[in-house]
Amino acid sequence: MQKVTYRDAVNQAIAEEMKRDELVCLMGEEVAEYNGAYKVTKGLLEKFGPKRVIDTPISEAGFAGLGIGAAMYGIRPIVEFMTWSFSFVAFDQVVNNAGNIRYMSGGLIKIPIVFRGPANGGVNVGATHSHTPENLFANFPGLKVICPSNAYDAKGLLKAAIRDDDPVCFMENTKLYDHAMEIPVEEYLLPIGKADVKRKGADISRVGHGRGLVTALEAAKLLEEREGVNAEVVDIRTIRPLDMETILASVRKTNRVVLVEENKPYCGVDAQVAFEIQEKAFDDLDAPVKRVSALDVPQPFSDPLEKMVLPDAERVFKTCLEIL
Amino acid sequence: MSAGEKIDLFTQMVRIRRFEERCIRSYQQGKIGGFCHTYIGQESVAVGSISVLDKDDQIITAYRDHGHALAVGMTMNECMAELYGKFTGCSKGKGGSMHFFAPDKRFWGGHGIVGGQTPLGAGLAFALKYLDKKACSLTYLGDGAVNQGAFHEALNLCALWKLPAVYIIENNYYSMGTSLLRSSAGESLAGRGIGYDMEYEVANGNDLYTVREVTARAVERAKKESLPTVLEFQTYRYRGHSMSDPETYRTKDEVEEKKKFDPIALYQQYLLDEGVLTEKQMEEIDEAAKKEASDSVDFAEESPFPPEEELYTDVYVNDEIYLAKHGQA
Ligand SMILES: Cc1ncc(C[n+]2csc(CCOP(=O)(O)OP(=O)(O)O)c2C)c(N)n1
Ligand SMILES: [Mg+2]
Repeated sequence: MQKVTYRDAVNQAIAEEMKRDELVCLMGEEVAEYNGAYKVTKGLLEKFGPKRVIDTPISEAGFAGLGIGAAMYGIRPIVEFMTWSFSFVAFDQVVNNAGNIRYMSGGLIKIPIVFRGPANGGVNVGATHSHTPENLFANFPGLKVICPSNAYDAKGLLKAAIRDDDPVCFMENTKLYDHAMEIPVEEYLLPIGKADVKRKGADISRVGHGRGLVTALEAAKLLEEREGVNAEVVDIRTIRPLDMETILASVRKTNRVVLVEENKPYCGVDAQVAFEIQEKAFDDLDAPVKRVSALDVPQPFSDPLEKMVLPDAERVFKTCLEIL
Repeated sequence: MSAGEKIDLFTQMVRIRRFEERCIRSYQQGKIGGFCHTYIGQESVAVGSISVLDKDDQIITAYRDHGHALAVGMTMNECMAELYGKFTGCSKGKGGSMHFFAPDKRFWGGHGIVGGQTPLGAGLAFALKYLDKKACSLTYLGDGAVNQGAFHEALNLCALWKLPAVYIIENNYYSMGTSLLRSSAGESLAGRGIGYDMEYEVANGNDLYTVREVTARAVERAKKESLPTVLEFQTYRYRGHSMSDPETYRTKDEVEEKKKFDPIALYQQYLLDEGVLTEKQMEEIDEAAKKEASDSVDFAEESPFPPEEELYTDVYVNDEIYLAKHGQA
């Protein structure tokens, strides 16, 4: 085992896949000489050279689209958005071109590309820079969306994403980059579309992804310490495809569920999850499905206001009590 | 310009610099969070160009906006309080460093997404023309921002529809850690106007007189002929891109060399040579700016954070349904 941060896990995944496959290349703003705005791509330029690790101008629509074009022809680009907030100027490329071309060509073309970068609020940078668009991109059939909550998942899932023949949106979190954990030294991959039970419990299910999952785990501790309640925590890991089987199995066991996400609530990821739970496990529920999400406001800059906006363990704890 | 006007512009530049220095200190003390981009080294561009405008002319810029904000007449207090996320800030603490606004001073932001403000500048010009005002818009952007598609679309619209818009590229030679040579093809950045048959000009942005003269020409073209212009002012930022930048992409020598062409020192020398200002007066202006900046820190620190109820306000103009949904009505 090796102790690795989330940041380094992402870095290892990229490096291993670039080493394995010459067709994998990396491009984005500041990814090469500057080692990445968040130092995720540190050392990759040195390892693989400027042909494969490429600094771009601030032209997201241009280089995202260029990546898609190259992918059509067989290259396997990893396109970094410095943050997913900046992907919005490339929205058309990701949605219409990466997401639709396979379908519109009747399956003649495949687009093996990964768009990746952090997508989170909580860092005091205001509304334009704090978007969590996993629900937006997951809305489009043709795209896959992954939001790993820890280093182990980040590495295994990113490697799988790079090998996947479809476009994958991979959303990291700057607030998780320093989180470290033990992960295997040996190579491993994780399947896309498989949720993971991060904590076993019998009394209530908590379902989340990304940093929301970390919050759910913290709240599970509070529940145990204060109430003696044993919560199960399910990490969705991939928003699309969504592994409802694992979620439903947990709900059938505990009969109560609280969904946790840092996404905005309106038409958010948990709206989808909640719908599927009530559709497929209505009779197993002893209480309404509850959600804890970011509040339904643009991200405020001011620190105390922003803290209110994002879910925290106390809010999750309280919401759990409402249905216990 | 009268002596008084000249002194006023000097004062404005000094105020911007002292404000930014105070803001750096507060940031380093952990009192300001998030991203914070300072304008030190580029003061002559905002001050010089805004100084040739009339009361109906409109201004919009990117996230490096503190200098423009002060130059349009926003107070240090409201700016510093915004940086602190306080309720007394220009945007009630909701916008932060990158998102200053003061429409009453014809300042339309403060925009965090690179290039995002460039079509808005065209829109301001469109509105001015629509309303038959003899006025123009001034849109600032960085050397890195010229590579956003939105900028090119905006230029085409301005040229096609003959809009009274002036684009000012503040070429400080870096976009974050990427030097100009590694980000932009072509000889000059302003030259991107050529494809749209737009007039363009490249000039020394550190010389306040030059900035004024060049901007005045473009502003006149906008007002008299309703035609757009692209200007490129060459300048330099002394500090990192934002506060968290290790600056590995340039040498200390380069920065020191550039500081020899400091916009404030240059203009100061002009005023001394012209006999408009004495050394002593300059020191007084500087002392006053320092005090004003330090007072603004006190003001910001003593100000309250926005109250909880502010969370849901300002999302919609007609917000009854929204507020009711959130139990705020
Ligand atoms: C669309 C978009 N992509 C990336 C960023 C991140 N970013 C912020 S500033 C910046 C560099 C911009 O440089 P330049 O336009 O030269 O302006 P300067 O900072 O030098 O004033 C980058 C890449 C962003 N804010 N928006
Ligand atoms: Mg620049």
